[in-house]
Amino acid sequence: MAVALEKTAPLAGVRQVRRRTVVAAILVAWLVLFVIFRGRQTLALAAADLTDLHRWFNDVNDSIGANRNSNPLFLYFFNEIRLVIDTLVTFVQELISQPSADRPVPQVGWLGVVGIAGYVSWAVGNWRVALLAVAGFTFMGLQGLWQESMDTLALILCAVFVALLFAIPIGVWAGLSDRVNRIVTPFLDFMQTMPTFVYLAPLTLFFLIGGASATIATAIYAAPPAIRITAHAIRSVPGTTVEAADSLGATRRQALLKVLLPMSKRTVVMGINQSIMAALAMVTIAALIDAPGLGKTVVQALQSLDVGTAFNAGLAIVVMAIVLDRVTTAASTREEAARRSGGRFLSWRRPLLAAGGVVTVVLVYMSHTYVWAAEFPGEGGIGTSIASAADTATTWAQDNLSGLTNAFRDGITNGLLNPFQSLLTDSPWWLVAAVLITLGAVLGGWRAGVTAAVCVGLLVGTGVWSDAMTTMASTLVATVLVMVLGVAMGVWMGRSLLVDRVLRPTLDAAQVMPPFVYLVPFLALFGATRFTAIVAAIVYAAPVAIKIIADGVRAVPETTVEAATSAGCNTWQTITKVQLPMARSALTLATNQGLIYVLSMVVVGGLVGAGALGYDVVAGFSQGQLYGKGLAAGLAIVLLGVMFDRITQAAARRTSA
Amino acid sequence: MTPTQTEMPQRRGTPQDSDGTPVISVRRLWKVFGPKADQVPESEELRGLTRRELMDRTGCTAAVRDVNFDVAPGEVFVVMGLSGSGKSTLVRCLTRLIEPTSGELVFEGEDIRDADPGRLRDLRRRKFSMVFQHFGLLPHRRVVDNVAFGLEIRGMGKAERAKRAMEVVELVGLAGYENSYPDQLSGGMQQRVGLARALAGDPDVLFFDEPFSALDPMIRRDMQNEVIRLHHEVGKTMVFITHDLSEALKLGDRILIMRDGKMVQCGTGDELVGAPADDYVREFVKDVPRGDVLTLRWIMRPPADGDALDGPELGPDVVVKEATRAVLAADKPVKVVEDGKLLGIVGDEEILAVVAGQEGGA
Repeated sequence: MAVALEKTAPLAGVRQVRRRTVVAAILVAWLVLFVIFRGRQTLALAAADLTDLHRWFNDVNDSIGANRNSNPLFLYFFNEIRLVIDTLVTFVQELISQPSADRPVPQVGWLGVVGIAGYVSWAVGNWRVALLAVAGFTFMGLQGLWQESMDTLALILCAVFVALLFAIPIGVWAGLSDRVNRIVTPFLDFMQTMPTFVYLAPLTLFFLIGGASATIATAIYAAPPAIRITAHAIRSVPGTTVEAADSLGATRRQALLKVLLPMSKRTVVMGINQSIMAALAMVTIAALIDAPGLGKTVVQALQSLDVGTAFNAGLAIVVMAIVLDRVTTAASTREEAARRSGGRFLSWRRPLLAAGGVVTVVLVYMSHTYVWAAEFPGEGGIGTSIASAADTATTWAQDNLSGLTNAFRDGITNGLLNPFQSLLTDSPWWLVAAVLITLGAVLGGWRAGVTAAVCVGLLVGTGVWSDAMTTMASTLVATVLVMVLGVAMGVWMGRSLLVDRVLRPTLDAAQVMPPFVYLVPFLALFGATRFTAIVAAIVYAAPVAIKIIADGVRAVPETTVEAATSAGCNTWQTITKVQLPMARSALTLATNQGLIYVLSMVVVGGLVGAGALGYDVVAGFSQGQLYGKGLAAGLAIVLLGVMFDRITQAAARRTSA
Repeated sequence: MTPTQTEMPQRRGTPQDSDGTPVISVRRLWKVFGPKADQVPESEELRGLTRRELMDRTGCTAAVRDVNFDVAPGEVFVVMGLSGSGKSTLVRCLTRLIEPTSGELVFEGEDIRDADPGRLRDLRRRKFSMVFQHFGLLPHRRVVDNVAFGLEIRGMGKAERAKRAMEVVELVGLAGYENSYPDQLSGGMQQRVGLARALAGDPDVLFFDEPFSALDPMIRRDMQNEVIRLHHEVGKTMVFITHDLSEALKLGDRILIMRDGKMVQCGTGDELVGAPADDYVREFVKDVPRGDVLTLRWIMRPPADGDALDGPELGPDVVVKEATRAVLAADKPVKVVEDGKLLGIVGDEEILAVVAGQEGGA
């Protein structure tokens, strides 16, 4: 077990003591001091109150607004970017979703889009995903959400296009050059720890709200996975192959074009898949800054607690996620599959593709010309039925299950959440700060302690300390529950191949969904409370934690488990004394990922009444005088994320060392 | 009695250019990895250190230390050593896939350490080619396109390179598989593709970096025979890296043994077995069936007074194993004669000493 001795804690006199004892001592000291100093110096700030920093942010926002068209930085830089992106977005929107100047309908109607979707899916993937794409797109039309879906699709297409335009060259560069890789990696790490949410506020400062800035935010969010995976793909081309090309006298250009790029193509397509899924997650959230599309429908419905509509639109997002994921995954495996099926198929492929192309062009032409093929027929009757069915189910659940769900909710809220939250929010700020810093130092070493100190200092500076503590309480409670779930399920999956095989596809699918859609069903069950956000966060974060722990348990060498069994361990002993201790680094990694995922979800929960930082950000988007506070809250989320990430990562490094 | 380094191959009747100038001539070659690596070969003091001491003193690793050898045209020159002995680094230095730290590297009269990148590329495209341990094939190309890869890099036209590639595919015995992809072939067949790719450009010298180490023993034997066959057919100069002594003895006209980056001994197989330069080599060749390697030259003794000198005659380069039956059948000692001159005699005693595995020879 962890007999790891305390080496670097800045506390005098605790050297050579077990880390666990130190942690316990800190917590006890905290409780004692909490009782003494309760309610003093809590830095609480009422919802409408502002600090100087918030007012200063407001002033900055106002002055930027006033000088947007005179300041050269904006005139020649930000406005230009916005203009280019806006032109791109408008172009794609007029193509598939919005009526253009002289037409009441978009250039390409539903029939054309469905045709293109099917044809492209078939060309890059296979006929099965083509059918899925056709069915999926048609279903979105039947839901009565055709235009919203197309708006979302248009934003995704633009954002992914822009993201890849930068991401792939940067990724290739980072793959070729160690130095570039070293420079880029910390940025990517940082960007990926951030919840989708926090990209939005600063961007509105520079790019206003609307489709263009949503596209920019989405592109920024979607680029890191593509960069990372492209670099990884280039790096994992076997050295011998590159050397063989060198030994044949290939120039750098030849080696890149004929060896590195073709050999990493498949992995790069996986990167594009990741990029598209990230874009989908972001585009829906970007509804908060007035991005058109499905996300907007969900947000509006959530804010008016209209579960039926939210469910219908959420379902459309899920369908789109599934279609995009399946098609791009099929694209990344297609080449190999086609090769296996032999030459007979390949010789037919070309004429078939040409024929399919002709059919698609005809469909596009028809949808451009005839009204029936341009506007999706019907009134979205299926969508209405889905919405009312969801409403009925919600009402039923609230009528019949309320005893159960309320008991569960109140149990967790009163038993776990409230005491913890009041411990955090009612303690004097300096006490919580000291606890965080010392815990950071004890668990993660002095570097993590310093990071924690800096983050805590800045958190105090943001002026939303109290809200940050509330969010932190929810996050930590949710993380604890995620870990309980993660250990239970992860151990089960890790020990049984059958369970793994059954559960893994579900978990994979769950991870593909944008965080947003998790809120809807829990809103139905638990109403608009903090608890809804917490449950949604648990459901969102659990798959990651479960998978990491399952892999960790599975990675424990078979012989070690056999040795334990032959020594007479029962199952419980094997798990607690062999498998879990040996999967320690997986547990810390799962905690890290769990925290980050939970954090990003808990703030989204601001939409359904979770309050605190998430609410501050949302309110900042909608009310001018709260803009500065929202920005500060976004900053606070970043600080919390960085602090959690640094401490848990440092702790993970220590346990694995 | 025997030099530790013979200058020219002496046996197997390999094709030889008449003028005898070496194709590759390596002098004082050093490769040092680490900070300020180029100071190590220049400093008299640092050069004398062992690997370990050098590491402790400077943080540098000397992978190749003061290596000298010549490779004759048409020769199969084997570099042998255990892992970490620097043999793979050495072969990469020869084509500057790894840049040597110091020394001379003369190829057909030209010091290729002075070649600029363009000239080096040209040499690699036309004069050298290499076969790798892990094949280094392109998984997204068919066999024939893999074979044609080097030609494509050179800028040869499509039809022409396809034709040439097919010739080579047939030469290495892969006819019928030209449209397969590498991952559809067995390891041995993949290495045939690697071999074909190396041969396609019709280079002057082929470098092999442990090409058969990743293969099963049976396949390895097939591939070794394949190399011998190709060597007879195309007569290329070959530099062959291996850690397997039996492979070295089977293929090599001459063998260079390396240890810790230094050359320990360079000579023909029978010289290594007959006259090991030191205990390291002796230990290495201990388990070699001596009768298969040693020739009569190594076991003959000068005729003593009482010896009958009217027995049958054999040449000095006849391998003991092949001479055994003749010597044992004759009731008088066999005379070892070269160009009509009596070099020595071999009797039953000498033969049995070798065949029974006792210490023999020098």
